[in-house]
Amino acid sequence: MIRKTLEARQVNRRELLALFGAGTVAAMGISLAGPALADAKSTAAAIAKVTGGKSAAAGKITLDTPQIAENGSTVPISVSVDSPMTDADHVKKVHVWAEGNPNPDVASFHFTTMSGKAKVSTRIRLAKTQNIISVAEMSDGSFVMAKSEIKVTIGGCGG
Amino acid sequence: MKKAYLGVLTLGAVAMIAATFVSNAFADSDFGKYAVGDIRSGYTYMTKESKAIQDDDFENPAMLWLEDGEQVWGKVDGKAGKSCASCHGSASDSMKGVAATYPKYDKKLKKLKNIEQQINICRTERMGAKPFKYESKQMLGTTIYVRNQSRDMPMNVSIDDEAAPFFAKGKAFFNGRRGALDMACKHCHEDNAGNYARANLLTQGQTNGFPTYRFKWQKPGSTHRRFRGCNKNIRAQPLKYGSDEYVNLELYVAWRGRGLPVETPAVRN
Amino acid sequence: MAKTKARVKAPKSAKKGEAFQVKTLISHKMESGQRKDKKTGKKIPRHIINKFVCTYNGKQVFSADWHPAISANPYMSFFVKAADSGTLEMAWTDDKGKTMKKSTKIKVS
Repeated sequence: MIRKTLEARQVNRRELLALFGAGTVAAMGISLAGPALADAKSTAAAIAKVTGGKSAAAGKITLDTPQIAENGSTVPISVSVDSPMTDADHVKKVHVWAEGNPNPDVASFHFTTMSGKAKVSTRIRLAKTQNIISVAEMSDGSFVMAKSEIKVTIGGCGG
Repeated sequence: MKKAYLGVLTLGAVAMIAATFVSNAFADSDFGKYAVGDIRSGYTYMTKESKAIQDDDFENPAMLWLEDGEQVWGKVDGKAGKSCASCHGSASDSMKGVAATYPKYDKKLKKLKNIEQQINICRTERMGAKPFKYESKQMLGTTIYVRNQSRDMPMNVSIDDEAAPFFAKGKAFFNGRRGALDMACKHCHEDNAGNYARANLLTQGQTNGFPTYRFKWQKPGSTHRRFRGCNKNIRAQPLKYGSDEYVNLELYVAWRGRGLPVETPAVRN
Repeated sequence: MAKTKARVKAPKSAKKGEAFQVKTLISHKMESGQRKDKKTGKKIPRHIINKFVCTYNGKQVFSADWHPAISANPYMSFFVKAADSGTLEMAWTDDKGKTMKKSTKIKVS
């Protein structure tokens, strides 16, 4: 479908408020006058807390996310880690962060050898276009990481 | 601020160019049951992830409200000691076709009535029970449950005979300018369906999936909630839930969506 | 969480040692704590489901810690592998300490 953007420039929050009212944007669970949004630095700190500063390799972990989320209130995501989930070799935990949210923490999932598969799907809230980062803690003490950018167009029209 | 308003007002000016983009979009895709000629369900404008949520009856959050409606259906309520089931039996039998044909003319009221109003007529006059409030859990649940019984049936409201003058009023409302932005429903939903207004992809504004679970609301909502929101967005006075104007508009919009399948409960942005 | 509605989808039967998918959905506003009351201007306090635990025959199989970034009416699916027949129990706990439980039986052969 051919996109025709009537106003190509970024919508700033004053205009959002003026045109559609604070209530509309507020209903998304986003604070306009609230704390500063998280950034790559504070998210990296949260990740370091989990890994204890250890490096997290790429591979084995897949983040399945939509390229574009038209509404940031309900974005379906899926995290999957390639693992036999045996006593000897399994995923212990999977963490998810949203770099650009007021608070980067999204969720932590705890697996056991009774999980069978280290795969979880859920729906998350995103305040704006940003990176989603997922880190898996393996039973051997190693970490793997995946990152995915999700574009979020926050609407405002239509009641 | 004025600049922002002007930006939206230019929608009308862009209408001519917009038309060609809309028709190109039709040529490209096959929408299956979700389109009838030029008439397109809001479903066809959604991302594939959002469509997947509507398509799965377990995963669709509005189904939680449908469960509520199913409970209401069988629950005795009011002085007459009746439930919906007492008169209507199994909803899958008795309510089939209701969503496809409402709103309709009521001989006693001498005007149109929608499903929410019929539910309350039954409750107050036949059950001796309290009416449900618009947007309440019970009203949304019951409306979703009733309308869902007609799922996949083509929308087929009557605009003839006694309904005709109300249809005309609904049509006038849809095409009439209102509010500080001096816009009519048609400016977005007819002239610019398929185009973007800021970050919103404009649809045709069909109602075949209502009550709809909107990500924006994070719960289901009625057509009147939607109408009120749209009116507020163009800085027009929102009318009351259950107002005659909105019920008339419901008939006109339902007619605009004739042939589209009932999708209740739909999932939209 | 008296008015909360929850649903669970899991197969009625499964093969021993074979992972099966469990889907869950629960109605909850998941009030993030970021929203402001339109009238008073004050922040609406946070009230979310912060913990999900799935047990099989009483033993914990999977659990999740949720933050306000989890959408309203949370949906979550995960996998379980069982050796014997039994009961799969789901428990959602919110900030106020209230718990909602839902269980389903699985026949394993």
